[in-house]
Amino acid sequence: MKVRVKFSKNGSVKFLGHLDTMRYFQKAVRRAGIPIAFSSGFRPHMIISFAAPLSVGVTSDGEYFDMELSEKMASRELVERFNGAMAPGFQVLSARKVPEGKKYNAMSMTAAADYEISLKGQPKIEKLAEKAEHFYSQPAIWAEKETKKGGKTVDLKPGIYQMTVKDSVCTMRLAASSANYVKPIMVLNAFSAYLGQNLDWDRCAVHRAEVYANEGSTEKPRFVPLDRLGENIE
Amino acid sequence: MDETMLSKLHILCYNWIHGKLRECEKVNQMRKQALSDEILGKIEKPARYIGNEVNAVMKAPADVDIRFCMCFPDVYEIGMSHLGLQILYHMFNEREDTWCERVFSPWVDLEPVMRREQIPLFALESQDDVKNFDFLGITIQYEMCYTNILQILDLSRIPLYARKRGEEDPLVIGGGPCVLNPEPLAPFFDLFYIGEGEVVYPKLLDTYAQMKRQGKSREEFLEAAAKIPGIYVPAFYEAKYGEDGRLCSFAPARPGVPGKVLRQAEMDLDHASYPHAPVVPFIKAAQDRVTLEIQRGCIRGCRFCQAGMIYRPVREKSVEVLKEQARRMLKSTGHEEISLSSLSSSDYSQLKELLDFLMEEFRDTGVNISLPSLRIDAFSLQVMSQIQDVKKSSLTFAPEAGSQRLRDVINKGLTKEVILEGAKAAFLGGWNRVKLYFMLGLPTECVEDVKGIAHLSQAIAGEYYEVPKEQRQGKVQITVSTSFFVPKPFTPFQWAPMADSQAYLERVNLLREEMRQQVNHKSIRYNWHEAEVAVLEGFLARGDRRTAEVIKRAYELGARYDAWTEYFKEELWEQAFADTGISKEFYTTRQRQTTELLPWDFIDAGVDRGFLEREWERALKEQVTPNCRQSCSGCGAARYKGGVCVESKG
Repeated sequence: MKVRVKFSKNGSVKFLGHLDTMRYFQKAVRRAGIPIAFSSGFRPHMIISFAAPLSVGVTSDGEYFDMELSEKMASRELVERFNGAMAPGFQVLSARKVPEGKKYNAMSMTAAADYEISLKGQPKIEKLAEKAEHFYSQPAIWAEKETKKGGKTVDLKPGIYQMTVKDSVCTMRLAASSANYVKPIMVLNAFSAYLGQNLDWDRCAVHRAEVYANEGSTEKPRFVPLDRLGENIE
Repeated sequence: MDETMLSKLHILCYNWIHGKLRECEKVNQMRKQALSDEILGKIEKPARYIGNEVNAVMKAPADVDIRFCMCFPDVYEIGMSHLGLQILYHMFNEREDTWCERVFSPWVDLEPVMRREQIPLFALESQDDVKNFDFLGITIQYEMCYTNILQILDLSRIPLYARKRGEEDPLVIGGGPCVLNPEPLAPFFDLFYIGEGEVVYPKLLDTYAQMKRQGKSREEFLEAAAKIPGIYVPAFYEAKYGEDGRLCSFAPARPGVPGKVLRQAEMDLDHASYPHAPVVPFIKAAQDRVTLEIQRGCIRGCRFCQAGMIYRPVREKSVEVLKEQARRMLKSTGHEEISLSSLSSSDYSQLKELLDFLMEEFRDTGVNISLPSLRIDAFSLQVMSQIQDVKKSSLTFAPEAGSQRLRDVINKGLTKEVILEGAKAAFLGGWNRVKLYFMLGLPTECVEDVKGIAHLSQAIAGEYYEVPKEQRQGKVQITVSTSFFVPKPFTPFQWAPMADSQAYLERVNLLREEMRQQVNHKSIRYNWHEAEVAVLEGFLARGDRRTAEVIKRAYELGARYDAWTEYFKEELWEQAFADTGISKEFYTTRQRQTTELLPWDFIDAGVDRGFLEREWERALKEQVTPNCRQSCSGCGAARYKGGVCVESKG
């Protein structure tokens, strides 16, 4: 049975990198006594895979991994067991059964993510909300993107599904699939350049609020949080 | 009340409780953090400094009398791999009146930031300044961490010299194997704990709590502490040196202070405190696994080995206790590996039963078993083929010396025949990788002994090609490593002179040349350790109180992380010797007489000086001494009335 687990990562554990977070959950699975399935071979591995890596220093209320269970366990019990084995800052929010098959993997389904970037502590900018609207309504948003071959100029606009600023918090929905991926820092830097201001990324508190699958089409996306694709296990 | 009311009330309650829970969570998230997000975002592995790990112990400062900060003076991943620290952390936190926290050396990227931003060193759990603790306990596992100890004190803003500390400063207490000769660090510590922590720490902490309540002074506490067996307060002793520079007297400088300090040994390991829920690091530690200590001490009596002398007598834990501890620790940590820890696992009498249990119990949960320090014989090969992937693993032999003559000198009871038989059995079992460990510079070593290393390696490779071709797994790979012998206190070699680094390197070159002339030299890889570090280690290991000035000067000049090849700067130490006018050679290459008063003679390590002298003489006569199970050599450890000393010798 394939189960999708949603968790949050807040407080100082935001400084754990992706690999350490994976290691943390592998140990948590053991502590919690979750009946996870193992791969075959001399060194069996847990069958567990994470959706979208989270940058170091970013908090989140919408992280996901899929795991294969060797026997059925109710959603409620899974959540309780996990939360009995968490370190402060981590919380498991849901555990739902999802369809088998590679194309339904959390990782391959990930299409977009919501970010909230707090601009408190940045230089005061008049009419920021309005300026954000103008910035976003541009037909193209050009930015330097670092690739393996060096920098190149790309249009971020198709990867920004939404962007608003309210009460010093910049909220954006960004493409997060492997084919189309926009990092929040790229948008912030482009916005910073547009404003002619120096917004300091290192001083921003960045939060990922949710990660989505696209149940619509590329032209007319319909974003659904990854856990909605599953069902409760009684 | 009708149903809708009830359900509304239910929702109200639910919301209220969840609101409260969210608040608690927020409070936790708002937990004090000594380093700002901005700093944490810029340094390497910020998780080294945030605490909050699974099984870390949180208490309220107001609820405890004693705040103890436990320090391992190296980087987090190394310190967190140390069993002793986890044992004491657990033991102290079992006490209601004590909160024990942890601190490690800030990595090289953080120290400049802390200095620039004026951030004092802090403990991981509360993130409070180390300076405000009652105790700073430092475990000292190797000599090359001495400058890191001064860095810890300095960044904590605790005066480096104990005599300059006041009532408001923590009591700085040192422990671990290096404090068997605490003298090089004596001026920097208020007290030392000699021996195994389980024994008199309860008494020490009780005494402290009581005297703190009574408003007694630091001095009064130290006087009381000095009377507890195993506790050494260096300020209460005076060392005098003769004109030739040698120590001529060492004695208590005030009445009531014992002349000898007896090493403490826990004689009931089955009932001693053990960390059932060790702290689980977020980042990968050097030992990312459960450590199960199966026995303490070693019966072998290798003459170069300090651990083999200072953890006498050998004490085994009962297999039933170990089974229970293994279960609980795997459950509480979620680790996927368990490692059996001891100086010589093959000597543990219940090894087969323990391994059978572990393999049976955890087979289906993908838990790996690792078993270091095994002797290679039929039994261990069979075990290893069950717990590891033969194709991917290598076998380790530690003959330590290349010739039988020299192996007899060091009392390493391993013969060429046994090594070759073990290798042959391993090759037939499918292994094709072998690691060999040797030491260069052992007492009485001559050219033939050095060349013997190459000849033994060749013979092992030859053994491989004796195996019928269809049973071989490709080519054999033999990796030979040599380290330089460093004489340690409380070993029969404590009187032995060291070679200087030039002489060491000549031996390396001799061996390289001899290796090249072997038929199978293409199957043999040879690595050697740096000579300069070994010489310095030798200087620190057998130093006296004057040595402290060199350590302090090297620290001032910028020496840090000397145990790390990439950070060790020999020139800083050379400068420190020049600036202090202290001769390194006096401590390293000088031949000591057995009549000489040694700086650590005031410590009674549980093995008699007479025994060590006898062993030193036997070594020079190339005489082997039987191990503790074969016959008792009267080392003196029988005074502890336990372990192998009271086992029936049937």
